[in-house]
Amino acid sequence: MTVLRGIGRLGAAALLAGLLSACATTGGGSARDPLEPLNRAIFGFNEKFDEVLMKPVAQGYRAVLPEMVRTGVTNFFSNIEDVWIAANNLLQGKPESALQDVMRVAINTVIGLGGLIDVASDAGLEKHNEDFGQTLGRWGIGSGPYIVLPVLGPSTLRDGIGLLGVDNAVEPVWNLDHIPTRNTLYAGRAVNYRANALDAVRLMDEAALDKYRFVRDAHLQRRRSLIYDGDPPREREPENSSSALPTPPFSALSTLGLAAAETPANETVVPQSDVNLPIADPVAAGEPRGFPQSLH
Amino acid sequence: MRNLLSLLLVAFSSLALAQEVAPDVLVKGITTEVINIIKQDKDIQAGNPRKIADLVEKRILPHFSFARMTRIAVAVNWRRATPEQQKVLTEEFKTLLVRTYSNALSLYRDQAIDFKPLRMKPDDTEITVKSEIRQKGAQPVTLDYEMEKTPTGWKVFDVKVSGVSLITNYREDFAAQVRESGIDGLIKVLVSKNRGARPEKS
Repeated sequence: MTVLRGIGRLGAAALLAGLLSACATTGGGSARDPLEPLNRAIFGFNEKFDEVLMKPVAQGYRAVLPEMVRTGVTNFFSNIEDVWIAANNLLQGKPESALQDVMRVAINTVIGLGGLIDVASDAGLEKHNEDFGQTLGRWGIGSGPYIVLPVLGPSTLRDGIGLLGVDNAVEPVWNLDHIPTRNTLYAGRAVNYRANALDAVRLMDEAALDKYRFVRDAHLQRRRSLIYDGDPPREREPENSSSALPTPPFSALSTLGLAAAETPANETVVPQSDVNLPIADPVAAGEPRGFPQSLH
Repeated sequence: MRNLLSLLLVAFSSLALAQEVAPDVLVKGITTEVINIIKQDKDIQAGNPRKIADLVEKRILPHFSFARMTRIAVAVNWRRATPEQQKVLTEEFKTLLVRTYSNALSLYRDQAIDFKPLRMKPDDTEITVKSEIRQKGAQPVTLDYEMEKTPTGWKVFDVKVSGVSLITNYREDFAAQVRESGIDGLIKVLVSKNRGARPEKS
């Protein structure tokens, strides 16, 4: 069973990679989003799915359960996540952060009643946000084209592979052998997650002219910020824009079209592409922080 | 006598300099003031649009540079717009941002906001004031204010929430609207967004 699941996962990731490297450049639109027509279709489906299922369920969930219970649910899943966050911090060469994460898990599991109460945050051990996509980014691998995953939502080629290929594979909930329990936990987590996002999504609906573009660009900005742990290097002012973009460095995944996707190839054709910020990898744009250069 | 006069002059000018509020002090002051108002006002907490608009108009807007914000969002097309178009763009974008900001304010409950120490050189004309909203059971939300020095004090020209710049986030969207239907097309979309969108309760 586990083997089967593993093969399925690998297959999905490989399919994704193949599909995307096949169509790395197409004209028009954003240089970071060559698959816009396909992405828009999936985005439309996700919006519909959200409208008829996820949002109403999440609203009901929020109306029925008191805030204390919902915080407990959030904390419970957050505590499980922290284990993998610790591993990713270690992979990114940040042992202090990893140690903090481990301490968070220990404290929250023992004192926080199995993770229901986030005692560690109150004690000054701040929660981190890491996943394998970010680790790949820290290693210098570009994000590749933007991809909207069915149901799961905004991602990129790199992050999609990180999520489907690696994050899921090691995730405790996914690896539960008791399928009803696993599915219940999955559903509970999804509903809780959506409930937490209700206000943010409403704000976004009101702010966006074109929701697809707004969500896409916010997602890409957010991921870039996360890779730099909230402190990305300053970007050029668009007012005095120049068209000089840094060339992406050679990376191990350039064969997959990952590095190539970083440069807007049709820069001269698309007038606004000098406004596009290079979603460049940290190592090319700034100094690598904490991760030894020799490993590239 | 002459000496006394010049002494007075010096004293006055240094007093004037001291009165120029440092950017982080300014943001912290406004934040505290606005939070205290929200905490005491049940109408604002309930989302009363009139009262929130009033609060934003009086306490927050004077410290924002909407002209600069619009220039950043419109990017290369700014230079292609006529002065009249630039004026309308700024006005409409301001309306859109103010509404978004007002809606965000009404969601505030009693989260603690921490300000990080400001690293600033005396001759800096642009600076980032960093703050964090702490919330239970989640990573803190970072709130960064990009500020520029102007003759009338420090002004905010960008706000970054969790690393997402609200202003640059409009850039590609605006560029695409202009590509599809010109600068007037962008203005039209902005106007209809501002007229049409009614806050939906969730």
